[in-house]
Amino acid sequence: MNEFFTQAILIATVASGIRLAVPLLLASLGETFGQRSGVLNLGVDGIMLLGAFGGYYTVLKTDSVWLGLLTGIGIGIILGLVSAVISVTLKAEQGISGIGIYLFGLGMSDLLFQKLVGTPRPVSSFPKLDIPGLSDIPILGEMLFQHSMIVYVAFGLVPVSMYIINRTTFGMNIRAVGENPEAADSLGVSVVRTRYLTVTIGGTLAGIAGAALAIDLGIFQQNLTNAQGFIAIALVYFGAWRPAGVMGGALLYGFVNSLVLQFKTLGIIPRSWSDIAAMAPAIITILALVLVARRFRQPAALTKPFTRGA
Amino acid sequence: MRRRHTTWLALFAALMMVLAACGDSTDDTTATDDTEASTETTAAAAEPFRIAIVAPSASNDLAFTQSIVDAVDVIKGEMGNVEVAVTDGTFVVEDAAAAIRGYASEGYDLVIAHGSQYGGSLQEIAPDFPEVSFAWGTAADTFGIANVYSYEAASDEGGYVMGVMAAALSESGTIGVVGPIEVGDAKLYVDGFAAGAVAQNPAASVNINYTGSFGDVALASEAAQAHAAAGADVMSGTAQMVVGAVGVADEQGILWFGTQANQTSLAPDIVVASQVYHWEVILRDIISNLQSGKLGGEIYSINLANGGEVIEYNPAYALPDDVKQLAEDTIAGIVDGSISTGG
Amino acid sequence: MATAETNRRSRPKFVAYLVPLAAVVVALGIGAIMLGLLGASPIEGFRAMLKGAFGSSDALIETALKATPLLFVGVGITIAFRANVINIGGEGQMVAGALLATAIALALPDLPAVVMLPTVLVAGIVGGAAWGAVPGALKAYYNVNEILSTIMLNVVAVQLMNYLLRGPMIDPGELERGTRIPQTARLQEGADLPLLFGGGRLHIGPLVAVLAAIGAYILLWRTPLGYRVRAVGLSPDAARYAGISVKRTIVLAMTMSGAMSGLAGAVLVFGSESHRMVTDGSTVGFTGSAGFNGIVAALFGGLHPLWTIPASFMFGGLLVGGIALQRAVQVPSALIMALNGLVVVFVVASDRWKKRLQEQPVHLDDVAPNPPPPRETVVDGGGGP
Repeated sequence: MNEFFTQAILIATVASGIRLAVPLLLASLGETFGQRSGVLNLGVDGIMLLGAFGGYYTVLKTDSVWLGLLTGIGIGIILGLVSAVISVTLKAEQGISGIGIYLFGLGMSDLLFQKLVGTPRPVSSFPKLDIPGLSDIPILGEMLFQHSMIVYVAFGLVPVSMYIINRTTFGMNIRAVGENPEAADSLGVSVVRTRYLTVTIGGTLAGIAGAALAIDLGIFQQNLTNAQGFIAIALVYFGAWRPAGVMGGALLYGFVNSLVLQFKTLGIIPRSWSDIAAMAPAIITILALVLVARRFRQPAALTKPFTRGA
Repeated sequence: MRRRHTTWLALFAALMMVLAACGDSTDDTTATDDTEASTETTAAAAEPFRIAIVAPSASNDLAFTQSIVDAVDVIKGEMGNVEVAVTDGTFVVEDAAAAIRGYASEGYDLVIAHGSQYGGSLQEIAPDFPEVSFAWGTAADTFGIANVYSYEAASDEGGYVMGVMAAALSESGTIGVVGPIEVGDAKLYVDGFAAGAVAQNPAASVNINYTGSFGDVALASEAAQAHAAAGADVMSGTAQMVVGAVGVADEQGILWFGTQANQTSLAPDIVVASQVYHWEVILRDIISNLQSGKLGGEIYSINLANGGEVIEYNPAYALPDDVKQLAEDTIAGIVDGSISTGG
Repeated sequence: MATAETNRRSRPKFVAYLVPLAAVVVALGIGAIMLGLLGASPIEGFRAMLKGAFGSSDALIETALKATPLLFVGVGITIAFRANVINIGGEGQMVAGALLATAIALALPDLPAVVMLPTVLVAGIVGGAAWGAVPGALKAYYNVNEILSTIMLNVVAVQLMNYLLRGPMIDPGELERGTRIPQTARLQEGADLPLLFGGGRLHIGPLVAVLAAIGAYILLWRTPLGYRVRAVGLSPDAARYAGISVKRTIVLAMTMSGAMSGLAGAVLVFGSESHRMVTDGSTVGFTGSAGFNGIVAALFGGLHPLWTIPASFMFGGLLVGGIALQRAVQVPSALIMALNGLVVVFVVASDRWKKRLQEQPVHLDDVAPNPPPPRETVVDGGGGP
């Protein structure tokens, strides 16, 4: 047991948990915006996959991770807009249309990969950035401040999201539209415009999440996300529609995963238990929510399309 | 609500039927006649030899599926008049069964069910098509059915050789292995690798991490990070998600041993060698059997001795001569039976 | 089926009915372009697709078999959605039902066939029900949202399946041969789903699924329990005021929903080609995504158990046809997945246009000319959650 607590392993476990949390965090922050305004998008994983392929392919062709990230953003915006058209303007059943987008993304990203790339070829990853000063702190510096740049971007978006949702007029509109669209509408807030923006933000962040995953791994493969988009949606509920809570959920899920991996590597978890141990992140996430027993209510208008005068 | 749904479903159905009818009337009936097409497997030379492959992942996956597709391509190059059809990405077992049945009913000469998980279905399908030959792998069971061949890879042999090399190259004495789920070919390879490493260096500690998924690249990547943190300076792994682990090895300058396909292209600096499957070795036997009228009943294995498994070194990696000699000696030992992989 | 009802405003209604059809055509049109880009003939492809799905009795049987799990899951979804619970845990519930049913079949190999079949099917129901009851109870008593818990329980189910099939439940022959394929032995023949019409592949699964749909219809609209479920779905507050236990009803709805998915899992095992349970390491390898596609089928059927029957059949045809298309024109099967998604998106997206067209003749639709069953018309596909 003592073996685990060597400094190097402890640092690696924490750092690994943070890396695993990043795509989840990005995608669920985006989904938080949509859900706060009353729109559930189950298509996150599909958008992530297309963002991942787009990002990967761009880096493969241009060798620029930033152009790759930009492609992920572009794909996210487009698919976010498409999702908005479907769920806001066309008022489609939100669960079902999201599943359609998921299946489309899953198939299309694989098809494009097979036709344009073929066999997996590695690409360059995001550069590492040691935060000056902070990265020199013993232990903590190595755990938290010696990551690739996308990690800081993801965690930096948490306070930004909090600020937008809680302190800006746009954020007030989001919350109003999510709680009582009729009232918001009567006060002159455009429900449609607000939801278009939030769903597009959600798509954008999902696209970034996918691109971040692919570029950080430096590779693409069929179903690269392995349903992380769905976990991200679950984490929005875990975080009770609050960016900080969502971050807590993503970190919890990431840390339990990295701990399990580390325990398996060191043989603390016997090999015959490897699949049982792999259940841990999911079970602990549920248990954590049960124990914390929070009583947050979901946005009242979640999944309900808005029709003026309906 | 009720009426709306009724009507569109009805219209959709009507359209389908009409189009299906069109399809039927313009098509001839080759596909529906099960047996006619393949009654004579040794028919006229003008008839192409038809091979169908049903496989779980993409045909260019640089791993399991690609190994069989490449092998059939080799066969095609040798025989010339061969028609090949591939249904890849068929991870849904019942869909694979439908595809296998479909190809059989279309009269293919040889239907290759390239996935262990397809065997149970094949056991039910094969007797319905006594004129068609089926090959199933990786497995070691023909169910006693006359028109089923099975094939497997002694992946423990190549694994053992690479384990020996890994232990010889490791300075820290810690070796990491990333696996998917402890089953089938993956388990065979990993166990062989670990046995080889320990045989070479009894003090070596071989850390084995089954992530619990064939598809989770991110988890495989972090499993490699965990190995690195535990001090591993040589790693290996099997199944398609290891591309994530290879990336980490490359980044951290950790040596890598690949399997199922040549993985040198993933990281030319650190891949030492790969165990590569050449199924064409046994496909040749199967096809020559077929042409003499024997449709199944044999269990084939590719291994180091019959050349179905080859250790391909990365020419860009400067492998020390003594380690290479060690590998060659180990291969010779396995081939002549003086070394047991412990499997 | 083209409704015999006469309508004074037939022209706009007729146009409305063409909308979803047009949506399918547009989606397939995009598919045709993609096929063309891949260098395959769209006409040949779609012909193979239709023929593979509906073109022969064998094709129709395949379609019915593919539709069966969709229908079970879809029926379960309608029950949960009627209580305003979103059950996206169909995948995990299918696996749980299949595992328990398989375990029972392995544990009691000597049961006579008459007892065996009902026993394993009930085991499937129980396994799925338990896997559905957990998120139901977590929602009702611990305020844990069902979307979170069902997604997480899907993750748990796949690992449980992998553990059991490579460990305690593995075919002893796999250990002897050393091949260690994660699958059970061939299950007892007494547990095979009986075949209809003698030979062929058509087993009683589709029939059971249709009966389940009818049962769910009766349950929802003809029993006090069904009334409670719908009342809770429409307005929890009003239901509570009427003395209905909202929490218990939610748990029950999720349990019944899970039970249907569990039965789907059991039928998949005992009606499969191989008559055994096998894993490729993922849920979808076993379920074929029926846990998700069943939701789509349910919503195509307007969240009504009976209309879910034809909706599942059509959707099953699309999936079966896709395999035939892939085989005929040799394109990557990823294309079929993408096409599947496009059809879903286009049909759902077009729903509102259709409704808008229908809404133009004001209030005419509300005069329901179909007399028989006193059914609710409150929820119309858009009102689920």
